[in-house]
Amino acid sequence: MSPIHPETELHNPQSAKIPLDPHLKALENEAIHIFREVAAEFDNPVMLYSIGKDSSVLLHLARKAFYPGRVPFPLLHVNTGWKFPEMIGFRDALMKEYDLDLIEHINLRGAAETITPFSHGSALYTDIMKTEALRQALDAGGYDAAFGGARRDEEASRAKERIYSFRTPDHKWDPRNQRPELWNVYNGMIRKGESVRAFPLSNWTEVDIWRYIQAEDIPLVPLYYAKPRKFVDRDGMLVWAEDPRFEPLPGEQVQEGMLRFRTLGCWPLTGGIRSHATTLDEVIAELEIATVSERQGRAIDRDQSGSMEKKNAKDISDDRFRSRRRARHHFRPAASRACSCRARHASAPPDHLR
Amino acid sequence: MRDTRPLRLITCGSVDDGKSTLIGRLLWDTKAVKEDQAATLHRDSGKQNDLGLPDFALLLDGLQAEREQGITIDVAYRYFATDKRSFIVADTPGHEQYTRNMATGASTADLAILLVDARVGMLEQTRRHATIASLMGIKQFVLAVNKIDLTGYDRARFDQISHEFRELALSLGVRQITAIPVSALKGENVVYDGRASMPWYEGPTLVEVLELATVRSAQTVGFRLPVQRVSRPGESFRGYQGTVAGGSVKPGDSVIILPSGMVANVTKIVTFDLVRNAAVAGDAITLVLDRQVDVSRGDMIVSIDSQPQTGLAFDAQLVALQSDGIQPGKRYWLKSGSRRQRVTIEPASQLDLKSGKWNPAQSLPMNAIGKVHLSFDEQAIFDSYEQNRTTGAFILIDPDTNNTVAGGMITGRRSSLSGIHTEDSRVILSLPADLADQILASELFASRREEIELRRVNAGRAAEIFDGIDG
Ligand SMILES: Nc1nc2c(ncn2[C@@H]2O[C@H](COP(=O)(O)OP(=O)(O)O)[C@@H](O)[C@H]2O)c(=O)[nH]1
Ligand SMILES: [Mg+2]
Repeated sequence: MSPIHPETELHNPQSAKIPLDPHLKALENEAIHIFREVAAEFDNPVMLYSIGKDSSVLLHLARKAFYPGRVPFPLLHVNTGWKFPEMIGFRDALMKEYDLDLIEHINLRGAAETITPFSHGSALYTDIMKTEALRQALDAGGYDAAFGGARRDEEASRAKERIYSFRTPDHKWDPRNQRPELWNVYNGMIRKGESVRAFPLSNWTEVDIWRYIQAEDIPLVPLYYAKPRKFVDRDGMLVWAEDPRFEPLPGEQVQEGMLRFRTLGCWPLTGGIRSHATTLDEVIAELEIATVSERQGRAIDRDQSGSMEKKNAKDISDDRFRSRRRARHHFRPAASRACSCRARHASAPPDHLR
Repeated sequence: MRDTRPLRLITCGSVDDGKSTLIGRLLWDTKAVKEDQAATLHRDSGKQNDLGLPDFALLLDGLQAEREQGITIDVAYRYFATDKRSFIVADTPGHEQYTRNMATGASTADLAILLVDARVGMLEQTRRHATIASLMGIKQFVLAVNKIDLTGYDRARFDQISHEFRELALSLGVRQITAIPVSALKGENVVYDGRASMPWYEGPTLVEVLELATVRSAQTVGFRLPVQRVSRPGESFRGYQGTVAGGSVKPGDSVIILPSGMVANVTKIVTFDLVRNAAVAGDAITLVLDRQVDVSRGDMIVSIDSQPQTGLAFDAQLVALQSDGIQPGKRYWLKSGSRRQRVTIEPASQLDLKSGKWNPAQSLPMNAIGKVHLSFDEQAIFDSYEQNRTTGAFILIDPDTNNTVAGGMITGRRSSLSGIHTEDSRVILSLPADLADQILASELFASRREEIELRRVNAGRAAEIFDGIDG
């Protein structure tokens, strides 16, 4: 894996805090309400943290919800070993700065079987290294509630997902049989082994996310800003080409140009966009005229519509590779330098993945 | 850009009236549909209509089962914005067996769009939906007379349907009604006006009505803070966290904690950003009080001079959401705000949606709307739904399945159990407010809070009352 960025900047370039307008204030109030309700009703919540912009907003709202107290639950990052190094550097700096508890999980079985986005294709890779990994991590922690940053405007089948989204003991979501959700009265009653995914950002749109980041000056991974980056054009998807593990396909030319990312994930599956937006204002200006939805950059979604639903159904049925082996790293980056170094080390992929 | 809160709205109508098409059209014409989604739409549209336009309903009907059956089976939430404001739309199913989904969508809506097929006119379903929407507290209706293109833009037809609808809405007590002739498919009078085909219509487009609609706010004047959690990060700090459900609060205000009846003063309103000098309905805050009082999750902190009702028995209307319906005498969980408690339900009557009449009933089947009596083991705290859509609303949870089985709206407290019985001997006092507060704050008072009726009045009014009693 390429070297960790030594100093991660936790402030956005040229950003000034502006007061929240009533629209964003209403969304913020709703999210804080959900955070508090889940924290009060469940025994063992966790927050899924993917380091991206939605997670950054989610984390900011969690800090607001429990202020002046600490965030009363840990964050869970499902790593794959294929995240952009800038993401990991940012994550570790942030955990330290904000005194948060992070749990990192990698599906070691998948890694041991050398499941990579290149060798197994995006669908199977995602299945094992993300979906199965998440299930392993949730089982290991015995969480009865998990906060997620999903938004209903992301995708058609998400539009129907509840704010408290019920999961069976094997993490199944049954879209046909959801509990009704009226007013802001949430039903958090579950049996042992069952759980709830809670989505405080359900009613946010992509534009809301960006405008809130701007208004609150929420730190973001620098990958969201354009800078000269090396990449190849793979069927219209601009794939980042700076990782030592990157191999061009026959006929592919590595180019260099101003590139940024609209969503973050595993670099082999996350297409960049050509852009000159180097500040938040410029990113937002670009977005407000953008005619392409944010999911377009993702390889996993392009095959067919109804994709989230299928993805979900699949992760339920597909237990060909189910295994009890788990990796679980606890750390409190605030504790010591040595500690967060260990954490960084833990997030690197096993040797044979290099 | 967005100088108001988002407007929440719901679309209702019978199957095939064009609800999904209408919302799809709203998204399309406000540019909420991105290029790649549009490409997917064109590709999925397979069999297109005669006009060669894409099937906008596909933007809405996300679940595969729905696509296969060609109907909407659950509430889908959609988002769009104009320069003036943003909107959250609940697209709900038209089939009768999904009345519960409609009630779900209506619970948070400020406005209802009722669709009618211009060729067919009003149906029983239209009455049903209008009734549910008004019961759930929606005060603004838009009638969209859709598929007007298929009537040759027949003005007389439009006038006739809107007249009928107006009568229905007025009979339900809804006075803000706008009727619009619409072609959802062609996009006429949705975002763009339809003057070219309907020069006779001079009213607003749908979006213009939505932009000017009012967002509901909590109607109670009294301050309400249902306590979600107690924050105790250290010895020196103790704050009560929750979302203001009515009225406003500022440091120095006297408040009373229900159900205990303890009195305290507000010292600080804490938020992440700054210590605030006031908070209003909708704000998520942390409240600090001037004295050690026993407050826990589920309690409500309220203004001293305008309190909600507390008691062991209330009347309510509810919508039965699950196949088991609502059984008389069964003990359910009731959740309202952050408070969850045991309740027994006694159904009294059921609404006949055809006639609008309430018929006596002993139990309520799925999709029924009923009037019920609620009996609690412990003090319950409510406003009427009419006065406050947050502190007057509740859900029922079946303890056997943990499922949400009803949504309910408080109509009032049943006075027979408010602590006053005819055989009791009572004393009416008139005290200076500060002395009353001291007494209210005493242990003895708090321990018998539910036996006490309290009204705050000014000295003049007190004199009048005493005159009335003596004279
Ligand atoms: N000609 C015409 N057809 C329409 C109009 N609105 C909807 N439709 C058609 O009516 C059918 C049912 O529409 P849909 O939106 O699925 O109805 P829903 O069941 O209420 O959601 C579809 O074939 C639409 O294309 C309209 O304004 N004019
Ligand atoms: Mg439909």
